[in-house]
Amino acid sequence: MSAAYHSHPVIQLAASSTAEHRPLIITLFAVFVAATLGITVWAGRQTRSASDFYAGGRQFTAFQNGLAVSGDYMSAASFLGIAGAIALFGYDGFLYSIGFLVAWLVALLLVAEPLRNSGRYTMGDVLAYRMRQRPVRTAAGVSTIVVSIFYLLAQMAGAGVLVSLLLGITSDAGKILIVALVGVLMIVYVTIGGMKGTTWVQMVKAVLLIAGALLMTFLVLLKFDFNISDLLGTAAEKSGHGAAFLEPGLKYGATSTSKLDFLSLGIALVLGTAGLPHILIRFYTVPTAKAARKSVNWAIGIIGAFYLMTIALGFGAAALIGPDEIKAKNPAGNAAAPQLAEYLGGVGSTGGAVLLAVISAVAFATILAVVAGLTLASSSSFAHDIYANVIRKGKATEKEEMRAARWATVLIGAVAIILGAFARDMNVAGLVALAFAVAASANLPTLLYSLFWKRFTTQGALWSIYGGLASSVILVLFSPVVSGNAKTSMFKGVDFAWFPLENPGLISIPLGFLLGWLGSLLSKEEPDKGKYAELEVKSLTGVGAH
Amino acid sequence: MATDASPPKAGPDTGPAQPTTERFVEVQESAEFAELRRAHRSFAFPLTIAFVLWYLLYVLLSNYAGGFMGTKVYSNINVAFVFGLAQFVTTFLIAWFYARHAAAKLDPKAEAIKSRMEADA
Repeated sequence: MSAAYHSHPVIQLAASSTAEHRPLIITLFAVFVAATLGITVWAGRQTRSASDFYAGGRQFTAFQNGLAVSGDYMSAASFLGIAGAIALFGYDGFLYSIGFLVAWLVALLLVAEPLRNSGRYTMGDVLAYRMRQRPVRTAAGVSTIVVSIFYLLAQMAGAGVLVSLLLGITSDAGKILIVALVGVLMIVYVTIGGMKGTTWVQMVKAVLLIAGALLMTFLVLLKFDFNISDLLGTAAEKSGHGAAFLEPGLKYGATSTSKLDFLSLGIALVLGTAGLPHILIRFYTVPTAKAARKSVNWAIGIIGAFYLMTIALGFGAAALIGPDEIKAKNPAGNAAAPQLAEYLGGVGSTGGAVLLAVISAVAFATILAVVAGLTLASSSSFAHDIYANVIRKGKATEKEEMRAARWATVLIGAVAIILGAFARDMNVAGLVALAFAVAASANLPTLLYSLFWKRFTTQGALWSIYGGLASSVILVLFSPVVSGNAKTSMFKGVDFAWFPLENPGLISIPLGFLLGWLGSLLSKEEPDKGKYAELEVKSLTGVGAH
Repeated sequence: MATDASPPKAGPDTGPAQPTTERFVEVQESAEFAELRRAHRSFAFPLTIAFVLWYLLYVLLSNYAGGFMGTKVYSNINVAFVFGLAQFVTTFLIAWFYARHAAAKLDPKAEAIKSRMEADA
């Protein structure tokens, strides 16, 4: 704390003004936690069967699920990450908003309805439908867990930022304590509330996030008399980059390598969404494919409106706070949105502290809801795909399967807590983009081939899942994300990076598609025609859907 | 049978009676199902290619045509900003367009096949 005092007077000022209002901040956090725990216990009482635990009883309406999908999707990356990326890199940060939204069309046109019609609880249900069960279920489970852990890492990094900002905690022990608290809460939500509890928590969070973003957007625009051009102009001026701040290229335009990184990121964003297991399982919570389609349309509307507001939040933070103060709090810009809230309420005043507390509580709610969704997706896949269908060969009872899911939740929560301690100084939107790249490389090719290509075989599925998964994870491991960048790498002071791009999508996504095709062509076994007939007819008509 | 208005009750998730594999193969090879498949694919596939290309055009222009993207349209609003907003507009339009197509062209065909197969099973 004293080091921060001397090097960054600005932080100290904000920290002291929040210190006085710490009881308020803690009260708001506590209210949200208590309310969501209440919902969880209530939902837990109604959770009896496996269908309740995994799919919320399939009784949610299209609008409810659309809201919950939005709550599951708009993570710390969307709120803290994008606002920070735009505030520091101007137009280049806006790519995230666009990619994250356009990606929904892949889910709408190709994936959501067939998945709802032909699967039951997990992504693995659809991937393994036509294939030999044990190897493909194992692969689907592994890939679900890896994607979810990448995504969890980003949420934990966001939680760490919030805490150091609000409670003035800069020590590692304090941050780890809070990350651990988030981990414990998510374990409670998921083990007790299952999909029902998680869905309600996500709905509440979506409403809070939209309300918070609307309030801040209104206050930012008010400062500029609702003149967007003025807002952009002031942001450009204050950024120190002038008109270049409003043009593409500030972050990614420097070299031909960084331009490829931009392309890689763009492809990963647009193809990732439809392969995210925690999003896909949300379509099982509605009764029909038609309701799944309607919930995607609701989600596109809600999420689109939110991403339009990121323009005001990001450029507003640039214009009103400025890059130096934003970087002083968090080098990747993750603190820009809460900083903007404090400014809009009046720095040092009660209004500022209240708005900071409210927006931080919203961000905290955002993180908790997404973390619960991710944990549910990975523990479901472990219990249903790996435990019930591979280890117990389909002979486990519903009770045993649900017990396995609850233990898996505890285990995954523990892993997330440990990993969360390492990812602090990376932009959370960048971290989430890695999860998108892994999902687009390992899951999307297999999902699309399974649904639409009759020659696809077990070997093709395994090659594309493991090939896409391994190539994307290995490329990240040897990229500047993990080592070699003194400021933002996960491990500082070491350099074993040889892959120049931060996002692996440009290489690993085409590779995933190529391997699925090649694996099928070189396969000795014939594709199962009867199973393909079942899957295709079910996916398009909903015959025999659960 | 399973419409929006009648969600299945909570309880053991055994699902409805399943037709035989032979029946699925028979339906898959029928002209009626071929028509449903065509109605879905001929709409969804070209549209997917179109919006992915439209999105890639935006990414590539951002990368390699900075001068053009930086052209001022009105005061501080430049081509890049308008291009970004256009991606939002087309996403909303495509979502609406697909929902309309599905309700008119896909749902009735799918429902006809489904109710017949479930009555037989």
